[in-house]
Amino acid sequence: MSDKNALVPSSDRQTALDLGGSTKDFVTATIGKQMFGIPVLTVQDVLGPQRITRIPLAPPEVAGSLNLRGRIVTAIDVRKRLGLRNKEDEDPGMSIVVDLGGELYSLMVDQVGEVLSVPQNAFERNPATLDPRWREFSDGIFRLEKTLLVILDVTRLLDFAGSVKQAG
Amino acid sequence: MDDLLSEFLTETSESLSTLDVELVKLEQNPNDPDILSNIFRLVHTIKGTCGFLGLPRLEAVAHAGENVLGKIRDGELIVTPDAVTLVLESIDTIKYLLSELETNETEPEGNDADLIARLNYFADTGNLPAAGDTLATPAESAPAPRAKIFLEPEVAAEPEPEPKPEAPKAPAAAAKPPSAPKSQAVQAAVDAAHDAGAKADPHHRNEAKESTVAAQTIRVNVELLENLMTLVSELVLTRNQLLQMVRGKDDSEFTVPLQRLSHITTDLQEGVMKTRMQPIGNAWAKLPRIVRDLALEMGKKIDLQMIGADTELDRQVLELIKDPLTHMVRNSADHGLEDIQGRRDVGKPETGTVTLNAYHEGGHIIIEISDDGRGLNVPRIKEKALSNGLVSEGELESMSDQQIHQFIFKAGFSTAEKVTSVSGRGVGMDVVRTNIEKIGGTVELKSVEGRGSSFIIKIPLTLAIVSALIVESGGERFAIPQISVLELVRASSNSEHCIERIHDTPVLRLRNRLLPLVTLKKILGLDEADESDVDEEAFIVVAQVGTYSFGIIVDRVFDTEEIVVKPVAPILRDLSLFSGNTILGDGSVIMILDPNGIATRTGEITVGGQQGVESKAKSESSDRETTSMLVFRAGGNEIRAVPLALVARLEEIDVESIEYSNGRPLVQYRGKLMPLVFIDNAYQMKTEGRQPTLVFQDRERTMGLVVDEIVDIVDDVLNVELTADRDGLVGSAVVDGKATDLIDAGYYLELAFSDWFGKEEATGEKKKVLLVDDSPFFRNLLTPMLSVSGFKVTSVESAEQAIELKNSGALFDAIISDIEMPGMNGFEFAESLQKDEAWGEIPIIALSSHTSEEDFERGRRAGFSDYVAKFDREALVSTLIQTLAAV
Repeated sequence: MSDKNALVPSSDRQTALDLGGSTKDFVTATIGKQMFGIPVLTVQDVLGPQRITRIPLAPPEVAGSLNLRGRIVTAIDVRKRLGLRNKEDEDPGMSIVVDLGGELYSLMVDQVGEVLSVPQNAFERNPATLDPRWREFSDGIFRLEKTLLVILDVTRLLDFAGSVKQAG
Repeated sequence: MDDLLSEFLTETSESLSTLDVELVKLEQNPNDPDILSNIFRLVHTIKGTCGFLGLPRLEAVAHAGENVLGKIRDGELIVTPDAVTLVLESIDTIKYLLSELETNETEPEGNDADLIARLNYFADTGNLPAAGDTLATPAESAPAPRAKIFLEPEVAAEPEPEPKPEAPKAPAAAAKPPSAPKSQAVQAAVDAAHDAGAKADPHHRNEAKESTVAAQTIRVNVELLENLMTLVSELVLTRNQLLQMVRGKDDSEFTVPLQRLSHITTDLQEGVMKTRMQPIGNAWAKLPRIVRDLALEMGKKIDLQMIGADTELDRQVLELIKDPLTHMVRNSADHGLEDIQGRRDVGKPETGTVTLNAYHEGGHIIIEISDDGRGLNVPRIKEKALSNGLVSEGELESMSDQQIHQFIFKAGFSTAEKVTSVSGRGVGMDVVRTNIEKIGGTVELKSVEGRGSSFIIKIPLTLAIVSALIVESGGERFAIPQISVLELVRASSNSEHCIERIHDTPVLRLRNRLLPLVTLKKILGLDEADESDVDEEAFIVVAQVGTYSFGIIVDRVFDTEEIVVKPVAPILRDLSLFSGNTILGDGSVIMILDPNGIATRTGEITVGGQQGVESKAKSESSDRETTSMLVFRAGGNEIRAVPLALVARLEEIDVESIEYSNGRPLVQYRGKLMPLVFIDNAYQMKTEGRQPTLVFQDRERTMGLVVDEIVDIVDDVLNVELTADRDGLVGSAVVDGKATDLIDAGYYLELAFSDWFGKEEATGEKKKVLLVDDSPFFRNLLTPMLSVSGFKVTSVESAEQAIELKNSGALFDAIISDIEMPGMNGFEFAESLQKDEAWGEIPIIALSSHTSEEDFERGRRAGFSDYVAKFDREALVSTLIQTLAAV
């Protein structure tokens, strides 16, 4: 995050963050107690529990693939991707389907909430002390009244090759 | 209309409309080399194609036009409206000729000498001829000079401006207008000039209507077709889902509309598939030229035959096999065929033939590339394989020629003595094979030294929809492309197939060879439980990759399904075990296994088929001795068998139709009397109903052996274990796991014939035949049979014994010898006799289960006068008679 101006963050990314205007819209999702936001324009679909086919030998973050109206969607376990522990309850969770370069990915989260319009001026950069992995996937944070909204950078979240490089 | 012609018309009319636009552009930007070269190229293509199709008039016009353009391109002429008009006129003429061609399929009468003369004159001088020039008119009319004025500045900027009498330069330089109005003005001027020129055209050629052939076809972006295909695939899947939902319900209101939907979907799928189909000839188009050039360069005469060029296959597949095919044809022409002298030396016609043959066979397309050249040079391949360290000498010793041939598919393997511009660089057949296997195809190779070699490529018709076997392993389902599945074996500890282990490595005995096994669960990392349960009961999918076959252990096997292969998400691309994924009829996503990837994973990549070949060859050598046996019961519970090849037919005879003559039973059979014999004297026939009968036939005579029941036909290794002393039995053998009496067909033949036709001893001297065969079964089988046919047979069990006989002075009229014998084999025996004084002239007939061309050839070289397949009794007798008659 090398932005000089915190109000116009990551203008070089293909996220909805650089739309301008005074508010931005995010689809919110919760994992554990944390609320996340995904730019609303990248979201294709929100799904309930799905039958997922496991893919042997795939990276552990890849939960499998599912059939979304005739298209094969790769399901990503966002929990694992963020380095969180597995869910304790048996709740099947929900998914947010995003489009990245023509391919569909389903991001598995605990709950999908409403679409929030948040004011630009509530934006903060990632705190320097944030977990490096989170810092990699987060575009910044919005201060909401009761909670903080972590904006997920879908491109980075799905860039497995990049993170492998980093890890290695 | 001829395909070629209509294609030419479509393409040319497209080029022509482009040309019109480009020429006008050129007039505006006379210095743009891109436009110029594009125009030049288009005209050149038209000219070239005309020449190829034999359209001289068209070609002449195009050639003259090209000349002018060429001069312009080389800077010898400058672009003036006159030049453009002239070229446009030639293009109008081409259009007119094309429209005539379209209606009459031939060029119209007459010639374009006038136009050509003007074009040539212009090309030579840069001026238009002054007299009798219709085109001069528009040039003098009002708009044209204006155009010239605007154009001149640029023209003047050219390094070597030609003197232009009609165009005053001074005002032009002065009146350099801003660019936008200029181009408009020029456009108007050009249009006017063009119109005027066209109007002045005495032939009214500009009326050449829009080509109707061109209007019948449109060019569609391939991507659009691919998208359509994907959509149709989805539609098929959805249809399948719907059908599955309705299946259980008898009187659903959806049934009828769904049926209609189903039909339409199928039609649509076929239609869209067709749009992707292209004749394989498209991939061959370049070949005649390549072969021709090659023939010139190498000093050979080559005839390239292309059969089945209109066989259609998927565009995608076509693209992928284009290069391998070209490579293989080149190889055949370069390495395969000898040069003229070489062919003369071996008595072949000077012109070598390379044949390409394509045809459909069961959802696949087969392409054969064969030549009648020298064939693969086995010793040289051996040498090369040794020097490349691919095998040891010992291994080579035990390899068959077929196995040795496979080395040419190895990377870096070229036996060409010198690298030519076309081949011999050692990057070849391995790439060819990899490419073909990539699209799920296989390559087979057959080669006979001195006779030529042929490659047989088998590839799927389309890559989009494949038939796949659905299996389950570790609770997940997977699809395996059907093309690589050879068979399914169910293994359990108490069936005949059970999984054995060599230090934890599972293997399966399958038809006398060891099949390496991989556990799908294990290689996919799905193996959670301990693996002891695997041994209890498992399904094994025997898969083949190239020539390497192996078994994949799975938990369950479902049925086969037509699946639409979709690529996996980019983040999963590096998983080599999967070639894609798909959605099944029930809507679930399933991964498609890639047998190539699995083979690689199991460590077969470096060997690349060698081991497979070996095991295959081993199985061949042990399979060689299997014999088809007819198993039956007759009189009692003993199981009896007779080689199936000896039985002419199986019949059921109505007991009531049996007649007796001289106390012997016989029936009328096919207009003749056929004697019936029983297995032994105590045999009791049924009193009513039908009696199964084995019919043996020997030339004119037939005989029926009455049996109780025909049990089975089995293929088994024939190993006669007990030689029986009883009449009519050859011995006992284990057939299909059971002790079985082998009956001596010869005995029964003799029984029937001696009683009914009498011994033929009276008919002069019997010909003496020596039978050499190590198998007591065959000796026992053939001796009586030959005796019945009127020969006096002496049988020995080895070539050594035969030579002893020879040394003791025995003489025979003919020798029948087995090939595979312990000690001296048949070839060696024949070779040793060739030089012999006493026996050198005796014809020798080889008797073998190897009946390939290659074997025949080898046999002939060794001195056998003929070659007969074992069990082909009639052929043996007739060959023997012919051979003896010839002596």
